[in-house]
Amino acid sequence: MNLLKRNWLLVPAIVVFGIASAQAQNYGIGRTPTAEEIRAWDISISPTGKELPAGKGTAKEGEVLFKQKGCAGCHGPTGMGAAAPALVKGGPPAGQTPKGMEGMHMVPDTGIMALRSPYATTIWDYINRGMPLNKEGTLKVDEVYAITAYLLYKNDVIKQDDVMDQQSLPKVNMPNKNGFADMPEWKHGAPRLAGYP
Amino acid sequence: MDRNNRARNNVPQTNRRRFLKGGAAVAGLAAGAVQSAKAVPPESELKVKGTTKELIAYGERSRFVKSIRTPVAERDSPDAFGLMFHVNTPLADLVGSITPSSLHYLATHRGSFIPEIDPQQHRLMIHGMVDRPLIFTMDELKRFPSVTRVHFLECIGNRAKPTHKTVTETHGMTSNSEWTGVLLSTLLKECGVQNGATWIVTEGAEEIKGASSVPLGKAMDDCLIAWGMNGEPIRPQQGFPLRIIVPGFEGIFQTKYLRRIKVVDRYYMTYNDYGHINPDPKTTALGNQMGPKSVITYPSGEQQLSGPGAYEISGLAWSGAGAIRNVEVSTDGGKNWKQAELRTPAFRMAHVRFALPWRWDGKECVILSRCTDELGTIQPSRAQAAAYFNKPLTPDFRVPGADNTIQSWRIMSNGSVRNEFA
Ligand code: HEC
Repeated sequence: MNLLKRNWLLVPAIVVFGIASAQAQNYGIGRTPTAEEIRAWDISISPTGKELPAGKGTAKEGEVLFKQKGCAGCHGPTGMGAAAPALVKGGPPAGQTPKGMEGMHMVPDTGIMALRSPYATTIWDYINRGMPLNKEGTLKVDEVYAITAYLLYKNDVIKQDDVMDQQSLPKVNMPNKNGFADMPEWKHGAPRLAGYP
Repeated sequence: MDRNNRARNNVPQTNRRRFLKGGAAVAGLAAGAVQSAKAVPPESELKVKGTTKELIAYGERSRFVKSIRTPVAERDSPDAFGLMFHVNTPLADLVGSITPSSLHYLATHRGSFIPEIDPQQHRLMIHGMVDRPLIFTMDELKRFPSVTRVHFLECIGNRAKPTHKTVTETHGMTSNSEWTGVLLSTLLKECGVQNGATWIVTEGAEEIKGASSVPLGKAMDDCLIAWGMNGEPIRPQQGFPLRIIVPGFEGIFQTKYLRRIKVVDRYYMTYNDYGHINPDPKTTALGNQMGPKSVITYPSGEQQLSGPGAYEISGLAWSGAGAIRNVEVSTDGGKNWKQAELRTPAFRMAHVRFALPWRWDGKECVILSRCTDELGTIQPSRAQAAAYFNKPLTPDFRVPGADNTIQSWRIMSNGSVRNEFA
C-alpha cells in the first residue's frame, strides 16, 4: 500500500527527469545493458527454441563440416571410437578405450546425446557454446544447424534431407523426450523426498 | 599496515636496498617488527633459520605437511585433453570444519580448463524476465550489502564404492568454506523480477560457458553471489572472481566464473541439466538437495591405530535442508548408539565437526555415524535405501539420487582400518 502510494508520488519526478523505468531501484547500482549487449551474451536456448537465431543446415552439409571443423579428429571420423565421447550410436563397447579416457568413453547407445537428450535444442546450444573444444564459439549459425542435423541423422532421429532451422529444430521428435522426471518444486524447510527412507 | 609502511619508508636508502636484496619478505618482517628505522636490528639477527620468501609473502605450509588433492580414480585430471574433472579433498587430513581453500574439492560437470579471468574485465549481467536488466562490475557488486556464510558444497558423484579404500575416496567430493558475497535476492529485487518467472539460468565465463537451471524459489531464498572464500578472493579453481552458491544443492548448480543470470519461465535443459536427468521422479527428487550425511574421518580407511587405549572418534556431518541437530556414533556395528559432541557451530547447510572420546579394547569392531538435521530427517543406511526402492542389498546396489547413506569402517584387531561397504 505504502509503496504504491510512494510510486504515485514519484511519477511526476520521473516524467520531469526523463527516467525510463517506472519503479525505483533500491540501490541504483549497475548500468543498463544495451539490446546489442544482451543479444551478444544471451546464448541460452530454451526447449521452445525462442532464442534460436535465423539460419539453417542439413545433415549433408554437416557431414562435411564434421571433418572440416575438427570434430572428427577428437570424436572419430564416424563420430565414435576415439578419445572424446561417442556422438553416434553403435560404437565400441565400454572398456575398449584408450587408457585414461575410460570414464568419458563409457557411452552406451542410450547415453549418446542425440538419443538421450529430450530436446534437440540442448544439442544445438551445447555445440554452439562449447565445441569444437579449444575453438569454442567459432562456428557460424548455419554450421551449428548443419552439424546438429548431421548428428541427429546419424542416430536415425531425422531424415538426411530434413532442414534444421528456428522452426524445425525445437519440433524434432526426440526418442527420449519423455525420458526424464521434472525436478519437484523446491520449498524452504521441506525434505527432498517426503517419507524417504 | 600504516605503521609498516612508515617504518619501511624510514629505513635509510642504503639499508633499504640491502633489505630488498635480501628478499622483500625479510624486509617486510623487519618493518613489521619495529617502530622506526633506528630500532632495526642488524641484519644477522633478523634471519630466521630456514625461512623462505614463500613462507612469509603468502603463507606456505610447513614442508612436513603433505596432504594434497587427488583426482578421482574414475577419470584422470588433467585428462588426455588437459581437462580437469573431479579432484578429491583429502578429508582424512582435515581438522575443524573449514576446508583450506587450497584443498577444496574441484569438479566440473564435463571436463574443463581453469580459466584466468581479470576481475577488472569481469561483468555480471542479469536479464530476461526482469523490469530492468543490469550489468555489474566486480566493484559495483561489492557496494551492495554483503553477507558472509559458511556452506558446504558436494558433488552428486560423492558416493562410496566397495573399491574405495580411504575416506578421501568415499567422501572427498565435499568441502566447506566461509563464503562472502551479496544475496542473489538483493540483486534480483534490484532488477525487478516479473510475474510468471519460475527459474533462472546461471552461466559461467569460462571457455564452455557452463550453465545450470535453478528454481526461482531457491534463488530468492538464500543463494549467494560470492567473491570471497575463507577471508580472501575465491580461488580460480573455485570460480574466481565470482560464483553462485546455492546452499545445500548438489555441485552442478554452483556455477563458477559467473557472468550471466537469465530469469526465465521454464526449466531450460542446459547441457549441465541434461547430464543429470533421470526418468524416475523419486530419483530426481533425491538428486538436487543433498540429504543429511555424516562420515567418520578418524579412524577411517587405511589409517592405523597404534594399539588399545584412548582415542577420539571424529568426523563431519552436513545437510542440504538446514543445520545438523544431532550426530550419533556406534562402535558395535550399529547395535548401540552414543551421542557425539558437536565441536564447531552447526550452521545451516554447512559441515559440522563431531567427536566422541572412545577407549578401544583392541578387538575387531565396526564404527559408524549417523546424523539428524533440523527437519528431523535421519541419515539412512544402505539397507534402508534399498528397502525403500525395493531393491536387493547387493554391493552393486546404487543408492538413487545423491547417496547420503551411512559409512562404516571396520577396525581389525591389529589396528588397521578398512572400508566396510555394507
Ligand atoms: C580437441 C578435441 C575436440 C574437438 C575438436 C571437438 N570435440 Fe566435442 N568434445 C570433446 C571432449 C573432450 C568432450 C567431452 C567433454 C567433457 O565432458 O569433458 C566433447 C563433448 C562433445 C559433445 C557432448 C557429448 C556428450 O555426450 O555429452 C558434443 C555433442 C560434441 N563434443 C560435439 C562436437 C562437435 C560437433 C565438434 C566439431 C564442431 C566437436 N565436438 C569438436 C573434444 C572435442
